[in-house]
Amino acid sequence: MQISARRIDKITIFDVVGDIDLANSPEVRKALLKELKESRVPRVVMNMSKVRYIDSSGVASLVEGLKASRDVGSRFILFGLSPSAREVLQLSRLLKIFEVYDDEAQALA
Amino acid sequence: MTRDLLLKLELRSDPSMLCVVRGAMERLTEVFGFSATDCRSVTRAVDEAITNIMRHSYKNQTGKPIEVHVRRVKQRLASGHGVGLEILLCDRGPAVDPAKMRGRRLDEIKPGGLGLHFIRQSMDVVEFKRARGTNLLRLIKYLLPVSPIEPGKRREDLADLGPANR
Repeated sequence: MQISARRIDKITIFDVVGDIDLANSPEVRKALLKELKESRVPRVVMNMSKVRYIDSSGVASLVEGLKASRDVGSRFILFGLSPSAREVLQLSRLLKIFEVYDDEAQALA
Repeated sequence: MTRDLLLKLELRSDPSMLCVVRGAMERLTEVFGFSATDCRSVTRAVDEAITNIMRHSYKNQTGKPIEVHVRRVKQRLASGHGVGLEILLCDRGPAVDPAKMRGRRLDEIKPGGLGLHFIRQSMDVVEFKRARGTNLLRLIKYLLPVSPIEPGKRREDLADLGPANR
């Protein structure tokens, strides 16, 4: 998995490529928490369009990001969910908890 | 119940091996005839089960043995299920108290505790037992009864037509 960050105005976009599982979910968590808690970016967006698979530890990292965003008053947004990622969020009843969009244009609007 | 061995994997507890097991399970479930959704479900259940072994049974220690046995099972059931895929996961970690194998409540929004939910929601049978110093997790997913696939048609093409047309 690779994670990289882009900045557009006051928005940070994380582009994630590859599967998120136990081997790399701590990396996702660390990147999210740094941006939300330390840098206090008002909007953090996760580009999930190239994430084919996410496991429960990956979902836990996203939940931590969501909680951190609520703590600091930021928005935490996901877009481009694969069928597998969407199923996992549905199974964990989190799909309606996250702010989810189909594409980047919607996520940045 | 009859059982035919389809695949046996022996691996060491190392999170970088999870994608290898997923790759094998994705192909195997596809060949077995599951729908795309069920292929993802079974793969997810096995991935989460091995993740649990690495995290909880082996407490994130690497190099510990894990075995995965995948068998075709045939059983006469009242519900009409007959053929299924049985996955037996074995580890040599300390005994696990089945009463403590509970996920968190889903109405709580907090990280962690989801793996077991994913396994239970994905599989038809989830059984745990301890035998001869080994933790054994047995998972079964049954194929839905379907009519034979016409030559040249893929199962996915049929699934898209809805249950009435399967």
